[in-house]
Amino acid sequence: MNHRFTRLAETSRIPVRLVIDGHTVEALVGDTLMVALLNNVRHLRESEFDDGKRAGFCLMGACQDCWVWTADGERLRACTTVVGEGMHIVTRQPEATWPNLA
Amino acid sequence: MAQPRVIIVGAGPSGVRCAETLVAAGLRPTVIDENRRDGGQIYRRQPDNFTRPYAKLYGTEAGRAQSLHESFDALRDKVDYLPETLAWNIFDNKLHVVRNEVSSAMPYDALIICSGATDRLMPVKGWHYAGTYSLGASQIALKAQACAIGRQIVFLGTGPLLYLVASQYIKAGANVAAVLDTSPLMRRVMALPKLLARPSVLLNGLGLVAGIKRAGVPVLTGITPVEIKGESESGVQSVLIRDSRGNERSFQCDAVAMGYHLRPETQLADLARCAFRFEQETRQWLPEVDEDGRSSVPGVYLAGDGMRVLGADAAEIGGRLAAMAVLTDLRLKVSDEELQGLRAEQASMERFRQGLAQAFPWPAEQAAQLPDEAIVCRCEAITAGELRHVVCGMGAQEANRAKAFSRVGMGRCQGRYCGHAGAEVIAHAAGVPVEQVGRLRGQAPVKPLSIAVREEQE
Repeated sequence: MNHRFTRLAETSRIPVRLVIDGHTVEALVGDTLMVALLNNVRHLRESEFDDGKRAGFCLMGACQDCWVWTADGERLRACTTVVGEGMHIVTRQPEATWPNLA
Repeated sequence: MAQPRVIIVGAGPSGVRCAETLVAAGLRPTVIDENRRDGGQIYRRQPDNFTRPYAKLYGTEAGRAQSLHESFDALRDKVDYLPETLAWNIFDNKLHVVRNEVSSAMPYDALIICSGATDRLMPVKGWHYAGTYSLGASQIALKAQACAIGRQIVFLGTGPLLYLVASQYIKAGANVAAVLDTSPLMRRVMALPKLLARPSVLLNGLGLVAGIKRAGVPVLTGITPVEIKGESESGVQSVLIRDSRGNERSFQCDAVAMGYHLRPETQLADLARCAFRFEQETRQWLPEVDEDGRSSVPGVYLAGDGMRVLGADAAEIGGRLAAMAVLTDLRLKVSDEELQGLRAEQASMERFRQGLAQAFPWPAEQAAQLPDEAIVCRCEAITAGELRHVVCGMGAQEANRAKAFSRVGMGRCQGRYCGHAGAEVIAHAAGVPVEQVGRLRGQAPVKPLSIAVREEQE
């Protein structure tokens, strides 16, 4: 399966297009960026600490686990950002990771 | 006399009722809220282009949700409302806020903090895998976005929200794999006398559990979480627990909604220098308040779940009480009869809260049993073993010292999701009572600010 969230209602909204890791995908007007992403892919980002993929946690702007990178190098908190037409998101960690080697 | 400057932080049930009471007394408060729309978390509003009716969104609480939203709509030209605004510090009798990347300092005569709560979390091995969400998160996904957090979902933890969200998911057509509650059933029976303080809420709760069982979903009580199994690339695959008889059982899933009741967001109260006290029943530090919500700092008031977790109905009462305290302290008239009535109502809410604490206890003992390799801090992937090392190897038996050495609590959630469990790990490793470990100090900014934020030009 290639997406994490599933839509249960409100599916007749107008679609918007965004780009995730170079692929153009569809979401719906009124989606948060997080919902737009997770209805297309299974994660939002990679942990900087090398413990794997992350897909958010609290959805209320408290945990800061859902910050994603745009292709321009900007960072957005995906759960409190509304998706916009043409957004270009990169889910890969663009910097080095800092694994625990102990 | 010039209009007193009154600021309310939060536009949930307590903030809205507080504003309403102040407006009725002729004041014009400023209402600051981090969300795009009013309603708080519990009565969070869906986006404008969504069409689900109130009954579908809020169930038995539809009337209350609608009433709160309508009340705030009616207040809109009588208050100064600043949505999408983060209150990030309190210093020198000024509230510091950021809106559209511009920071400003707002002086106040009275500040009412209605900051709400977040889920209270106890780590389990594997809770960092993608697909583990807080219970609150799973509810927001459904309520505000009409989504389920996965295809097959395990609800794990304890507290009334566990059953509420599970039953909301079932009603919405999601596939719930199991509801796994760490609290033994016996605790609920013992708590009955206190829970009877709100018979209709108790009845609702029993109805929810019955409904989940009728839907054929396994409901297990008195369980011990062992591990969320998964894989770092693909995320959650199953939940392993020990049932109340000690047998291991595994539930396949691709998502876990996890929470152990709620914890108040007390950072702003802390930055305002409010005194805190340790509450033994729930094993947490809470701001000290009088029965109307006056903190230990003159001019600073607290209301709603951000003060103590009494739930949405009590938050509405608390908002009104705090407003009346403000009015009284400003030497404005309040109705003594109304004040006494609200206090009496709040007293039964408090009794019910104690019942919930007894029925659904914070499972402190799990922190002691966390394997060394389990992650405590999700932000920076720091394990229980690393935290124990700074306690036993470096003598850090106090929460802030252990944080400095281990970084548990220093990540970007600022201790919201690891703080309580971290304190329990430290207490057990050091062999001291958890209150002796202390509490993580609130730090400004209470949430990360963008480096692009600039100060407002006068």
